[in-house]
Amino acid sequence: MEKETCTFSYCQKPEVVEVDTDLLIIGGGMAACGAAFEACRWATPKGLKVTMVDKAATDRSGAVAMGLSAINTYIGENKVEDYVRYVRADLMGIIREDLVYDLGRHVDNSVHMFEEWGLPIWKKSDDGWSLDGFQARDQGKPKLKDGGVPCRSGKWQIMINGESYKVIVAEAGKAALEYNRKALNIPQNHFERVFIVKLIKDAKDSNRVAGAVGFSVRENKVYVFKAKAILNASGGAVNVFRPRSTREGQGRAWYPVWNSGSGYYLGMSVGAELTMMENRFVPARFKDGYGPVGAWFLFFKATASDALGNDYCAKDTPEFQDAVKKYGKWAEALGTAIRNHLMMQAMKQGRGPILMNTHTAMQELAKQMDPKRLKHLEAEAWEDFLDMCISQAGLWAANNVEPDKVSSEIMPTEPYLLGSHAGCAGFWVSGPGDIPGAPAEWFWGYNRMSTVKGLFMAGDIVGASGHKFSSGSHAEGRIAAKAAIAFILDDAGYTPELAANVDELVAEMYLPFEIYEKYKTYSTDPAINPFYIRPNMYQARLQKIADEYFGGIGTWYMTSKTMIEEGLRKLQLLKEDAARLAASNLHELLRCWENYHRTLSLEAHARHILFREESRYPGYYYRGDFDFVDDNNWRAFINSVYDPATDTFTLKKVPYVQIIPD
Amino acid sequence: MPSFVMVEKCDGCKAQDKTACQYICPHDLMTLDRERMKAYNQEPDQCWECYNCVKICPQQAIEVRGYADFFPLGASVIPMRGQDAIMWTVKFRNGSIKRFKFPIRLTPEGYWKADNIYEGLPEPDYSKIKGPGYFNYEARKE
Repeated sequence: MEKETCTFSYCQKPEVVEVDTDLLIIGGGMAACGAAFEACRWATPKGLKVTMVDKAATDRSGAVAMGLSAINTYIGENKVEDYVRYVRADLMGIIREDLVYDLGRHVDNSVHMFEEWGLPIWKKSDDGWSLDGFQARDQGKPKLKDGGVPCRSGKWQIMINGESYKVIVAEAGKAALEYNRKALNIPQNHFERVFIVKLIKDAKDSNRVAGAVGFSVRENKVYVFKAKAILNASGGAVNVFRPRSTREGQGRAWYPVWNSGSGYYLGMSVGAELTMMENRFVPARFKDGYGPVGAWFLFFKATASDALGNDYCAKDTPEFQDAVKKYGKWAEALGTAIRNHLMMQAMKQGRGPILMNTHTAMQELAKQMDPKRLKHLEAEAWEDFLDMCISQAGLWAANNVEPDKVSSEIMPTEPYLLGSHAGCAGFWVSGPGDIPGAPAEWFWGYNRMSTVKGLFMAGDIVGASGHKFSSGSHAEGRIAAKAAIAFILDDAGYTPELAANVDELVAEMYLPFEIYEKYKTYSTDPAINPFYIRPNMYQARLQKIADEYFGGIGTWYMTSKTMIEEGLRKLQLLKEDAARLAASNLHELLRCWENYHRTLSLEAHARHILFREESRYPGYYYRGDFDFVDDNNWRAFINSVYDPATDTFTLKKVPYVQIIPD
Repeated sequence: MPSFVMVEKCDGCKAQDKTACQYICPHDLMTLDRERMKAYNQEPDQCWECYNCVKICPQQAIEVRGYADFFPLGASVIPMRGQDAIMWTVKFRNGSIKRFKFPIRLTPEGYWKADNIYEGLPEPDYSKIKGPGYFNYEARKE
C-alpha cells in the first residue's frame, strides 16, 4: 500500500507547546511520584526544574489507581540478602542482584514516608491479632519507623487500608512539584492528560536523549519537552495477549488495562538496551474477576487444590517429579512459575476447576475467635478485594458466594509484560556501583541510567529486578531521580537540542487524524473502510498473533522456533499497517499510539523467547522444542537493542554473576 | 457497562470547573455528551472497574454493572467515600446485604503542600549525591 503522510490537508494542525526543563519524569504512578519527591528536594536549591508528564490524572494513575490491600515489599526485621535470595528463586535464577540488593536497602524509607503522609497500616495488637489503621491509631500504636509491628501476611508483605494509597502518594509527589515550581517561579511543571509518543535524541550526541514529544488528549495541542535528563517511569504492557474475556470483560485485566507498553517503547525509540524481555507473568488469580490470592494464601492460610481435593503442588506426585526432571533445582523451590505449571498439569488432566479453599481457611480461623473478632475477620477478607479489585467482590455477590461457606475457582490468566511485580522484563540499567561482587561493567556512572546517556529508568520497566511492587517502585523512582540530578549537575553546561524536526514529529503524531479525515466519507459506515484500520481492531489483530504464535492461553502458553517465526511474519505486516491507523478523535489517537507501543513491546518479547533456547519460565511459557531449563548454557541474561531507523533487533547473551551466595 | 451513568442524576458537572468522572478516569473512558450535558463511558470494554468515577461523582450518578460476559445480574457494590473512611454496600444477587467501613487515610485530604512536604526533613547533602541513600535516609547496612 502507498505510504500516507500528514500534510494537514484534511485534519487541523495542532498548537505546538514547547517546554524546557532540567529533569523530565514520564509517568505518574508510584515510581514517578517517588521520583518527584526525591528529585525536587535535590534539584530546587540548585535551581533545576523538575517536570512530570502523566497520561492520566496523577491522583489515580498507574497500577495503584484503584488502591491496594497490601504493601508487598517491606524488609523490616528481615535481611536484605534474604530478599535477594527470594527474588532470585522466584524468578528462576536470573536477576541483577546488585539492583535487587540496592532496592532492598532503600525500600523501607518509602514505606515509612507513606505512613507519615497518612497511609493507614495494620498493626499487631498486644494479643497478636490485627488492628486496622484507625484501631492502631486509637490504641496509640507506634509508627513502623518507631518500632510499630506491622501485620505480616508473608515474609515480605504487610497489610494496609489502601483504598487511597495512590491518592496519598500522589499528593506528596504533587506537593514536591509545587515546591519546585514555586521556588523557581515556573508557571507549570505538572502536565496531566498528555501522552508521550516517543523520545528524541540529541542533535550533537547520537547516544544521548534530549527530549520527548506527545500530545494532549483533551485539546488540540502537541507538546515538545526538552530536558537535560529524562526519567522514564511509565508502565509495562497489558492486553498485548488475547485475554480470556474477549468482550466487555477484557477490561478486567489482572494488571492495569491502561499499561500499554509505553515504558518499553519509549526506551526502544532511542535504542536503550533491553534485558530479559522473554520474561512474562501469568498470575493465578480468582477466575474472571482476577481478585488477588496473596492474602488468602499467606494471611488467611488458605490452601488450593484440584476439584478432587488433591494438593496439585505436592512433591510426591509424578507431575512434580517430571517438573524437577525438566526444570531442575528451580522446580524444587516451587516458585510462582512452577506452581502455575503444576496447576496446568491438573487442569489438562481434567482435574479442574482448581479451587481456593477459602471456606476451610475461614472455618479454621473462626475456631479461635469470638463473634466480634470473626466479624472483623470477615471484613478483612472483603477489604482485600474492595481495596484493589472491586469487581471480584461484585462477582462473589453476583454468584451468591460466601467465602466462609464455599471455595472459589482460581485460574492462570493471559500473559503480562512487566518488571515491578513478579516479572522482570525491562531495560538494562547501571547498578549503584558499590555492591561488592558486582562486575565493573554493571556500573556506568549513574544508578538506573539506561545505556542511553541521560535516560533513566524506574519501576515497571527496569529489567532483571522484579518483586519491587508498589513500595519498591516508589523507592526505585527516588534512587533514579537522585542519580539523574547528579548527572545534570555534572554536565551543567549542556543544552538539549533535538535531533528531529518538530514539524515532522507533529505530522507523524497526527497522521491517524489525517488518514481518517481523508477517507472517512468513502464508505457509508466509517468503521469499515478499506483504507485504514481502527485502533480497537488493530489491538484485536495484535492479540490474536500474540496468543496463537507466541504462547498465549490458546496454546496453553506453548510456542517454538517455527511458531515464533511465523508469528513475526504476521507481526511485520501488522507493523506496516500501523502506518494506516485512523483516529476520529483524541481518545482514538491515544489508542492508536498506545497500541503501537504494545506492538513493539510484543516484538521484543517474541524475539527474546526465540533467542533463548530453553523454557526458563515453565508455567508462564514453554518452548516446545526446548522444554527444559538448561542452566549450563542459559543461566544468563538475554539483552537486545532495537534500532528504530532500520526496524531491527540485535540480541546477545550476557553472563550471569551471582553476588549473594545460595 | 461496566461503569454507567444514571440519566436522572447526572448534571454534567455544570456547576464545576470540570467534569469529575472525565477528569479522574485513568483510561480516558468517561466523556461528556455536551448536547445532553450527560457523561457516559465511551469504551466500556476497556473499563477496569476501578470505581474512581463512581467514588468521585458529586451527584452519585455513576454505578457499575458487572461485565456482562461473566456476571450474573442482580448484584451491586456501592461505595461512599468520605474524608477519612469509605463505606461499602455489597448487595448479593439473592438480596442479602453486607456493609463495611474501612479507613482510607489518617491525614486530612490535601494536607501536603509545597510549604510542608519537606518540613522537618534534612536538607540534601550534595557530597552524598552519588552514593546510596536518599536526602533523608542512609541506606541499610547489614
